[in-house]
Amino acid sequence: MAKAKITFEDIEQTVNVPAGTRVIEVSEKIGAGIIYGCREGDCGTCMMHVTEGWNNLTEPSVLEEKVLKENMAGRHDRLACQAQILGDCTVKPT
Amino acid sequence: MRGIAVSRSIDVSAHRQAVEFADGVYWIGALDPTLRSFDIILTTANGTTYNSYLVKGSDGVAVIDTVKENFSDEFFARLESEARYEDIKVIVLNHLEPDHSGALPELMRRAPQAQLYISQRATSMLKALLHGDENLPYTTVTTGDSVSLGDRTLQFLHTPFLHWPDTQCTYLEEEGILFSGDVFGCHYCDKRLFNDLVGDFRFSFDYYYAHIMRPFKKHVMDALKLIEPLKLSQIAPTHGPILRERPRRYVTHYRELSTSSLSQGIGSDEQSMIIFYMSSYGNTARMAEAIAEGAGDVDGVRVSLYDLEGGETDPFVDLIEEADALLFGSPTINGDAVKPVWDLLSSLAVVNLKGKLGAAFGSYGWSGEAVRMIEDRMRGLKMHIPRSGMRVKLIPTAEELEACHAFGLEIAEVLVGKSGSGGVIDFADLA
Ligand SMILES: Cc1cc2nc3c(=O)[nH]c(=O)nc-3n(C[C@H](O)[C@H](O)[C@H](O)COP(=O)(O)O)c2cc1C
Ligand code: FES
Ligand SMILES: [Fe+2]
Ligand SMILES: [Fe+2]
Repeated sequence: MAKAKITFEDIEQTVNVPAGTRVIEVSEKIGAGIIYGCREGDCGTCMMHVTEGWNNLTEPSVLEEKVLKENMAGRHDRLACQAQILGDCTVKPT
Repeated sequence: MRGIAVSRSIDVSAHRQAVEFADGVYWIGALDPTLRSFDIILTTANGTTYNSYLVKGSDGVAVIDTVKENFSDEFFARLESEARYEDIKVIVLNHLEPDHSGALPELMRRAPQAQLYISQRATSMLKALLHGDENLPYTTVTTGDSVSLGDRTLQFLHTPFLHWPDTQCTYLEEEGILFSGDVFGCHYCDKRLFNDLVGDFRFSFDYYYAHIMRPFKKHVMDALKLIEPLKLSQIAPTHGPILRERPRRYVTHYRELSTSSLSQGIGSDEQSMIIFYMSSYGNTARMAEAIAEGAGDVDGVRVSLYDLEGGETDPFVDLIEEADALLFGSPTINGDAVKPVWDLLSSLAVVNLKGKLGAAFGSYGWSGEAVRMIEDRMRGLKMHIPRSGMRVKLIPTAEELEACHAFGLEIAEVLVGKSGSGGVIDFADLA
């Protein structure tokens, strides 16, 4: 299976993951500082900032776009419970 | 009808009128003197108040926060004593918890021309609270935004997570009054309403902070950065006394409460590791000692060992809040970790554990579930579990104690950044 590396900047930890893994599945296991609530892309709690490899995450859905907008997301902010990892990227809590 | 002016003998339980406490600024809240338990997690020996406020400007009236739904009558009566619904131009909700949004739908029905001002985070909550009223018009605001009432201006401060994600504060610039929502509030019902007239509410104030604001200390500090530069003549929170005498000391007190609660000697260049354990025959205790020794070999780590059998939960909660790494040792008894461990692990809702390092260990007889269960709980508390736990069958051998020593050393190295960070780990290896 295709692999990708995701780095959590706040705890300086990189994890090798199977492509398609959601960021939240990794971040909660290693205890990175991204917090989450509903896990369904509704509450906006899990917003994170993608510092590198923005294009290596799945495109945001219409719902995610809406929640990001409602929560005043900046450029390259994503929901950790929605974004799936396709290639190497670096993220940190917003 | 005129609002009641404030005098020393004030008794707001004797009437249902607005109480003017600054020029054109009124309290229009409700008293709930018999309430004894609030939000499940709080008790109150003095009931509470739901404070709502009315501000009159040359170009319209603002209502800031409402009351719990079953206190609507009292709220509307006080409002009507001083304002007409058609003059209400602005409604502000500083957060949407039902004790302050309860009368909102009815207020919006009576004042359909009013514009509702809430924080961005509040929008999805508004929908979930007002089923059926989803088309309520609202404007979202944040720090730097303001709304004019003609000769007066309401400014908004974005103060998220105090104590809900959508929390904001509202500042009446011309009068220097901060409508702070639950911040600086307390559950204390006194018909004399003002901090210089009511009974001694210091305990209630600190208790409220400890249970409602403490988990969000970092956010409190951020909010104080916005609040401290303000000229403050009065603070008007949503519960408890209006803080009109020396309001700034409550701001200072919030800063004190949000700063480290333990004044002991762990240096700022040291990391604190706390090892808690329970042991019936001494096996888990022996593991704990070996782990502590191993961890103590790492420079910059201060290790403390605590037998849960000899302690009370509350002081441990303070210790845990200040610690950088937490280790829990429990034998497996009837397929579970022992109760004092769960008691402690279920008492931590008032502190923020996110990102602290955690590890579990314990001796067992045949199945050994305790260690995994403790790890799951720590993960649920958003802690970081860098190594999977250490289990030993019955009495630890010399080699097993060596392994415990190495385990402690490894966790301590992760803590000071000597291992684990900067490395690459595999998803499949994560417990
Ligand atoms: C003090 C307090 C803290 C809360 N914390 C959370 C929280 O962290 N996450 C969450 O999703 N909801 C939180 N809530 C919202 C409650 O879960 C929500 O109001 C729920 O509808 C209450 O259900 P009940 O009526 O059965 O008590 C909190 C509510 C209060 C009063
Ligand atoms: S956790 Fe709620 S949006 Fe991701
Ligand atoms: Fe509240
Ligand atoms: Fe409240």
